Amino acid sequence: MTRINVTVDGVSYVDQVEPRLLLVHYLRETVGKTGTPIGCDTSNCGACTVLMDGSSVKSCAVLAVQADGSDITTIEGMAPPGGGNGAGHELHPLQRAFHEEHALQCGYCTPGMIIAAADLLRDNPHPTDEEIREGLEGNLCRCTGYENIVRAVRRAAQAGVQA
Amino acid sequence: MTATTADPTTTPDPVAQIGAARLRKEDARLITGQTNWTDNITLPGMLHIAFLRSPHAHARITSVDVSAARSEPGVIAAFSGADFADEQGSLPCAWPVTPDIVMPAHPPMATDEVRYVGEAVACVVARDRYAAADALAAIEIDYEPLPPVLDIRTALDDGSPKVHEAGNKSYEWVFANGDLDAAFRDAPVVLERNYRQQRLIPSAMEPRAVVCSCVGDDEFTLWSSTQIPHVLRVMLALVLGIPEQNIRVIAPDVGGGFGSKLQVTAEEVLAILIARRLGKPVKWTESRSEGNMTVHHGRDQWQRIRIAADSDGNVRGLSVDLLADMGAYLMLVAPGVPLLGAFMYPSIYKMDAYSFRCTGIFTTKMPTDAYRGAGRPEATFAIERIMDDLAAELGIEPLELRERNWIKHEEFPYTTVCGLTYDSGNYEAATAKAKELFDYDGLRREQERRRASGDKVQLGIGISTFTEMCGLAPSRVVGSLAYGAGGWEQASIRMLPTGKVEVVTGSSAHGQGHETAWSQIVADQLGVPFEDIRVLHGDTQVSPKGMDTYGSRSLAVGGMALVSACDKVIEKAKAIASRMLEAPPEQVTFKDGVFSAGSGATKTIQEVALATFLAHDLPDGVEPTIDADATYDPDNFSFPHGTHLCATEVDTETGFVKIRSYVAVDDVGVVVNPMIVEGQVHGGLAQGIAQALYEEGVYDDEGNLVTTTLADYLVPSASDLPSYVTAHTESPAANRLGVKGVGEAGTIASTPAVVNAIIDALRPLGVRDVTMPCTPERVWRAIETARGATLDPDAEHQARQSDQTQGNSPQGINGGSQSGDVA
Repeated sequence: MTRINVTVDGVSYVDQVEPRLLLVHYLRETVGKTGTPIGCDTSNCGACTVLMDGSSVKSCAVLAVQADGSDITTIEGMAPPGGGNGAGHELHPLQRAFHEEHALQCGYCTPGMIIAAADLLRDNPHPTDEEIREGLEGNLCRCTGYENIVRAVRRAAQAGVQA
Repeated sequence: MTATTADPTTTPDPVAQIGAARLRKEDARLITGQTNWTDNITLPGMLHIAFLRSPHAHARITSVDVSAARSEPGVIAAFSGADFADEQGSLPCAWPVTPDIVMPAHPPMATDEVRYVGEAVACVVARDRYAAADALAAIEIDYEPLPPVLDIRTALDDGSPKVHEAGNKSYEWVFANGDLDAAFRDAPVVLERNYRQQRLIPSAMEPRAVVCSCVGDDEFTLWSSTQIPHVLRVMLALVLGIPEQNIRVIAPDVGGGFGSKLQVTAEEVLAILIARRLGKPVKWTESRSEGNMTVHHGRDQWQRIRIAADSDGNVRGLSVDLLADMGAYLMLVAPGVPLLGAFMYPSIYKMDAYSFRCTGIFTTKMPTDAYRGAGRPEATFAIERIMDDLAAELGIEPLELRERNWIKHEEFPYTTVCGLTYDSGNYEAATAKAKELFDYDGLRREQERRRASGDKVQLGIGISTFTEMCGLAPSRVVGSLAYGAGGWEQASIRMLPTGKVEVVTGSSAHGQGHETAWSQIVADQLGVPFEDIRVLHGDTQVSPKGMDTYGSRSLAVGGMALVSACDKVIEKAKAIASRMLEAPPEQVTFKDGVFSAGSGATKTIQEVALATFLAHDLPDGVEPTIDADATYDPDNFSFPHGTHLCATEVDTETGFVKIRSYVAVDDVGVVVNPMIVEGQVHGGLAQGIAQALYEEGVYDDEGNLVTTTLADYLVPSASDLPSYVTAHTESPAANRLGVKGVGEAGTIASTPAVVNAIIDALRPLGVRDVTMPCTPERVWRAIETARGATLDPDAEHQARQSDQTQGNSPQGINGGSQSGDVA
């Protein structure tokens, strides 16, 4: 077992983990961040995408021990907490854009798609539609045909989102 | 860009919710990671199951020894098929399409013989998923390999190895109407084509997962990533002999299905048996590679279609002969899938005679079953492809040929050669709108220019004027087709004391947005605010009756059940409102949530709900509730239609196909939520385009699935797909809401539109067909072959390690099996 210290969505965790434990399993099963789902076992689908020190990674392709000392943001950390009064959270502009453009149906790819889009907009705040499509090609969606995902990212970009 | 803009910022008329692009209620949890996927569920003491799966397509199991696995770290138990042989029953097939259908036993865990790669042969149960997976390696199992059966075209030959003792033929189903011989006998034009519907892997983004807990020996709660919690509960009771009232099935948030989760799976049955055996809750979550092997596949047919026409293009008759790959066993509705297409080959066209035959055949591959469209994409592909060829043969413009044959809008309702009565439609209007949005004439001119200049990139225009039958279905009709269930749907309305409303639906959503659309319908019917409605579904304890979600049935059947339930609520409330208003019931009217008496006095439905809850002063003999249930059984199918136009640029040097523009004009009747409908069309288009260009489930010559991962099975990404232009025409259906299904229309229409566009680009080069998926290599080979090159037909075969059913035999590439006879 290896001791790791990871910050996830603003909270610091110290855990003993098996060296082979995948980051996505650490997030889901040890930390309880089930908002990050698993869609494949070959790093093709991108459903498990999280931000690791600000850059998007597929958390099924990272070992938990590799995340030692890192700052991880999952979909659950995208919306800053509200006032602690149960009144809900202020959505991240990308979350709002996905909602407003109907960029999700079943929603399984959505956490990874939003995180990947955040990374995309950080690198390129004003992407063309073509650049959005290329930037998100590591994230698969089976429901939307991508049209509304492109619209949502465009909308968030126009609103001036920085990750 | 789009022609029907779903502007989410629009503030809808508070009264008219139907037609408004209301943003979805379900998004709140989905965009914040608060979703309840089955794999998120953890129960105290829960154990994890891992399955050992057959590496052979066909083999006899000669010995299994799981004892070593039991002593691996963290392992609680290990089982083989023999451990369940007395109790596991047989996985159900609910659609015995003919009286003499061969329906072999289908054990959830194989006991003596395996018939496809991936079939479960043993399992380990451990404290965590890693330990369970590790211990699989300690199971010892010996096989005696048997010959695989991989090609349905030769599976019925004398001397073919047998998948089952009874042979490889499951059934032959026929339908005929009209004098086909007369239609073909002296027809000036007869065309015959052979098309390949490749095997597809549905690929919902959420892999399957099952959690089961039990109390004692016979009380179970099963969470499953399923489309069909209600059907599943009935089937589990029948398969396992567990009293139905002791089984609760919950479909929590479900991450897509597309038909693949319309199934009763081995893993669901085994999870119950293992939980019972160990007295502990258990979980199984598949990996994607496990899922590609063991979630039922779709399509996989060979189609032979013949068409007879007059020299002016009027279709006289049509004949279809299908071979359908059932895989190793018959799954839940698999035999009936081709039948859903049987009635759709004549499509929107008038003709005198039609015959259809389908032979269902066993192979040693993963079984097939419903995948988005189920039978209708195959039918639409074949008829729309051959209509284009007929147009070319006769030198008639392809849209003109279609118009000469289609049912005119003034002819509805129209009874087709298949005996279906299409209630509504306007093919002229949809086509006119599509042509305009597409700039059809402009693109034809550009096509002419490119042809004339010999441009290496040729432009093709693909047409698909389609209809489909959905909204499954009138119980009487599906009963006549030997389907093992009805086609009704259930809804309940609960009026809460505070004036809020709970809506319970038997339609189990998995991404379709029922919570939003159902709220819109009920808001309009009852005149209550959209926000005051909560829609409950997907739990047999909460929504005890239902027929679930598939076949684009939710709105056309489940939505109508809501209307019936609301009618009953209003009727009951009227009696109580009459007392409150001190007016006789016949003088009380209801509109927009308000009961009014002739005197001008009014009571809102919320006030009536509170008075009903208090029950202090109800009329004599009136029950203190205005809640209501309704079960709606439609009297016809739903017949959405549309015209889809696709422009492709085909590089004749590389075979690369680029979709330049795609216009989809769909007529789905009255639209409840244009934003959701547009989303359904987009997603449907993507899956249909994917069949045309990218996806194919490939088995090698030994029956191993080659496309086990998303690296090998090419589910398209955003950069692989075009932007779509969508629009609607509206021919209201003959139900009170005027609604039709929309879930499958895009998939059904788009595949032939894309392939027709490719062939249209290459027709001057002599290319007549490209077998799907139309990869650059296949397109390039078709071009080179048409130009007279001699290519090694096996080269691609070897490159892809594909078996011979995968459509890359020589005739598949160059259309050599086709004959076009102009008599």
